Amino acid sequence: MAHRPTAGRVTSAKIVIAGGFGVGKTTLVGSVSEITPLTTEAIMTSAGEGVGDTRQVPGKVTTTVAMDFGRISIDRDLILYLFGTPGQTRFWFMWDELVRGAIGAVVMVDTRRLADCFAAIDFFEHRRLPYLVAINCFDGMQYHSAQDVRDALAVSPDVPVVSCDARSRESTKQVLISLVEYVLTMRRQRAGAPA
Amino acid sequence: MTAVVAERDEPTGALVRPYAVTRGRTRPRLDIALEALVETTARGRNAFARDSVGQGREQQYIASLCDGRLQSLAEIAARMQLPLGVARVLIADMATEGLVAVYEPTSFDSNDSVGTELLERVLSGLRRL
Repeated sequence: MAHRPTAGRVTSAKIVIAGGFGVGKTTLVGSVSEITPLTTEAIMTSAGEGVGDTRQVPGKVTTTVAMDFGRISIDRDLILYLFGTPGQTRFWFMWDELVRGAIGAVVMVDTRRLADCFAAIDFFEHRRLPYLVAINCFDGMQYHSAQDVRDALAVSPDVPVVSCDARSRESTKQVLISLVEYVLTMRRQRAGAPA
Repeated sequence: MTAVVAERDEPTGALVRPYAVTRGRTRPRLDIALEALVETTARGRNAFARDSVGQGREQQYIASLCDGRLQSLAEIAARMQLPLGVARVLIADMATEGLVAVYEPTSFDSNDSVGTELLERVLSGLRRL
């Protein structure tokens, strides 16, 4: 862009927060966001294409896909966004846009409904987006150990599996720190590989 | 304007002619990422202060929302209760006319030093929270 009213290079980054319905994605975003989480909506037609050609398909159904997100100002010129994935995993078109350029993803897990996160893990592995697994301990209770969850999900040994309380700012902060540390470690390993 | 947030499983109902404010255009003149930051330029501020230009109400709202404040495409769409695609068309028009600046996000898809440096800044920023 031609106009640069702010000094320095202004930029943003994002982390994707995924997991099944009701696992606490919006709670996690809200516990650390500087704004009350907002909801943004994208429109999808039944054909899964743009909405510019409605005259060609009379009476087709239009649905909206909602995503909740929050914001953390890292610096005046660097803003981090946390985007929750849409509740319904069938809205894959939105996931493409969500993961493009992202730092990585947090896959939230409720150990009582482990299977809810399978689709998200498959998607991130397919896209090679780094992710960690965060077990949300409802009511401070953890019903299964991190190792049990790791075994059940069959994630690779380097993927961090951590426990958290999504309602706690400090706990959420630690989850995000773990993710960024993990991404940095992976990047350094790849960059440091002998030529 | 802030929407009440609940995790929802169902589409949230009909939107009435969402693209009316873009005069039916659905393709933005620029591709703008969800998290791209928007800021009103001096030119944009002046244009709307004079109130003599034929800009729409939506553009005026965007100009005041992003005046001295960095706001992402997602934030603007959410605060205006507009679908993302509609906000994207409006902002792309304003950027083409020099009324707002659009700052692209940093992509972490490739393993370059720019991304690594930025990740270190994100990490220390998170630790300071």
